[in-house]
Amino acid sequence: MAESICRALRDGALEGEHAPALSIKDSIVSPFGSDVFHHFLVQLSSSILSGKSQSRGIVLVAYSRSPSFYVELLRGKGLDVHSSVNWIRILDCFSDPLGWKIRLTGPGSREDSDVAILYNDVKDSGRLLMSIVKLGKGLMQDTKGCFSVAFDSLSEMVRHASAQPVAHMISSLRSNGEISSAFWMLHTDVVEEKVASIFDYLSSMVALVEPLIPSSQGPRLTLDNLAGTDENMRKARFLARLKRRNGRVRLLQEELRLDCSGLTFASLGDNVPITGGGLVPKVQFNLQLSEKEQVDRANVVLPFEHQGNGKPIEIYDGRQSLTDRKLEVALIREEMTQTSELTTGEILYIRDSDDEMPDSDEDPDDDLDI
Amino acid sequence: MAGSRSLLDEALPTLGKALLIEDCVETSGGFLLHHLVKRFLLCDRPVILVAFANTFSHYDRILRKLGCNLAAPRDKNRFVFVDMLDPQLQVGNSGGTDGSADGDVGFSLYERICKAVRSISTEKNSVAILVDDLSLMEVACKGSVDDVIDFLHHCHTLIAESDCSFVFLNHHDIYSSMERPSLMLYLEYMADVLLRVEPLATGSAVDVHGQLTVLNRGVHDVAGTSRSKFQNFHYRVKENGIECFYPGSRG
Repeated sequence: MAESICRALRDGALEGEHAPALSIKDSIVSPFGSDVFHHFLVQLSSSILSGKSQSRGIVLVAYSRSPSFYVELLRGKGLDVHSSVNWIRILDCFSDPLGWKIRLTGPGSREDSDVAILYNDVKDSGRLLMSIVKLGKGLMQDTKGCFSVAFDSLSEMVRHASAQPVAHMISSLRSNGEISSAFWMLHTDVVEEKVASIFDYLSSMVALVEPLIPSSQGPRLTLDNLAGTDENMRKARFLARLKRRNGRVRLLQEELRLDCSGLTFASLGDNVPITGGGLVPKVQFNLQLSEKEQVDRANVVLPFEHQGNGKPIEIYDGRQSLTDRKLEVALIREEMTQTSELTTGEILYIRDSDDEMPDSDEDPDDDLDI
Repeated sequence: MAGSRSLLDEALPTLGKALLIEDCVETSGGFLLHHLVKRFLLCDRPVILVAFANTFSHYDRILRKLGCNLAAPRDKNRFVFVDMLDPQLQVGNSGGTDGSADGDVGFSLYERICKAVRSISTEKNSVAILVDDLSLMEVACKGSVDDVIDFLHHCHTLIAESDCSFVFLNHHDIYSSMERPSLMLYLEYMADVLLRVEPLATGSAVDVHGQLTVLNRGVHDVAGTSRSKFQNFHYRVKENGIECFYPGSRG
């Protein structure tokens, strides 16, 4: 499943279509969203360098980590950012997002490197969009080609520049013909649910990192959650929702493992139900019928199913029908004439069907006016 | 005593990390802050203490009992005390480089910290910055959580640039009624090490003052199979130190 996400990012956009976009979401009880983001960044970078991807470069917008961290991360995976191939630019929104350092030291005191470009006006998402496109075009060096865009913390972007301008920027990027693919990471618990939903709709793939063992204390980092989830510190449930162009949505899940070698994905056991990325509430019992139960249910004769066998059609209302009553009275009279010769006297009582107790599916008090 | 101290010290990292101390009204985490000030000074690391909660004499008196004199390193420019309670030194009235306004508390404080880092940092040892406490800084910022987070983010960049250590204390119980306490969540995401001080689940005891949880992120165990290390101790705060022990290890 993680591989199919990598493939979608690698293959990029079809002509006339929006670029594929991946939204990676996590929360404080399973904060592995950054690790997943780094995994896809490394995979896409590797594809770009080997010439297998549609995009020829990547613009990384760094909010939560310094450019040096990403340079070391890629170098550790054998990807040289300073290679002769011009393939990556890091827009540094981490080091001085609000321009405080420039206010202290004066303009020109900090110089851009050949890979990292300092950006210090994060509240202006329009200018940020122009900077991203400009950097991408710089990577293409005025030749035709596409590039990918990655945001390491959309929650930080939303904190600085509210959801609507950021959503507009993402939408503009996806519809830009020069963008091959885009992906980002979002902490769902620091933004409103509405904001997370906005970015779900703007993405063609949503990857959700959830604790493997659901926390008993809800989505907060409590002592009980910490103490009981040693497993959750090494593993997580990786749920993905992939939207296809024809509207079909695929729900997939895998187990995510973190060890010294990095991030690995493995299939979950068959007994683990797919919960639809948190869309369906988790229940402890089976809501589906087994095959035998379905056959048994099909064999039940419903009250109206005896009709159409030549008799006049009647609407069943839980009471005895008029023809049945006449038949019953005739039978009783016949019995009476047969037995009257043997007995001297008998009290005959014909129960009025209107006085009968209603069926169990009727409300006995429905005629009360309370 | 020495052995029990090392139990806590072993759980704490050495350099270039962000440490969050979370406490509550029943169990104050101030003792951890004092312990860390002493530990940094003993390691010959320059220390900047930003104090919203107490005066210099308060910290000096406690650190003396722990066997650490604050006046001497202050005179040697190894310890800077930023007194946020002193009205003469209130941030915003300090006349920043660009005449920062009263509402620019975060920037003014950051400016002061940057100056202090430049003045006391050495090539050998990186600076440790401690903030006591963030809930009072939020009050100083007139309740603006974003101002506090902006300040924390800029201080966090100092870890990457200068290998500084950054310790901040906050009270988690004041956000307990909030569904999404953005400041606490931001701190928990940012922190490399989370130290949480809580009362005992079984109620108060005479010889145990509370329990301490240490979540150390980004650590590999011997087998290399874990990214985070979780430890839980019981502790007893004494006049001259802290005694930490594993639950059930004391009769």
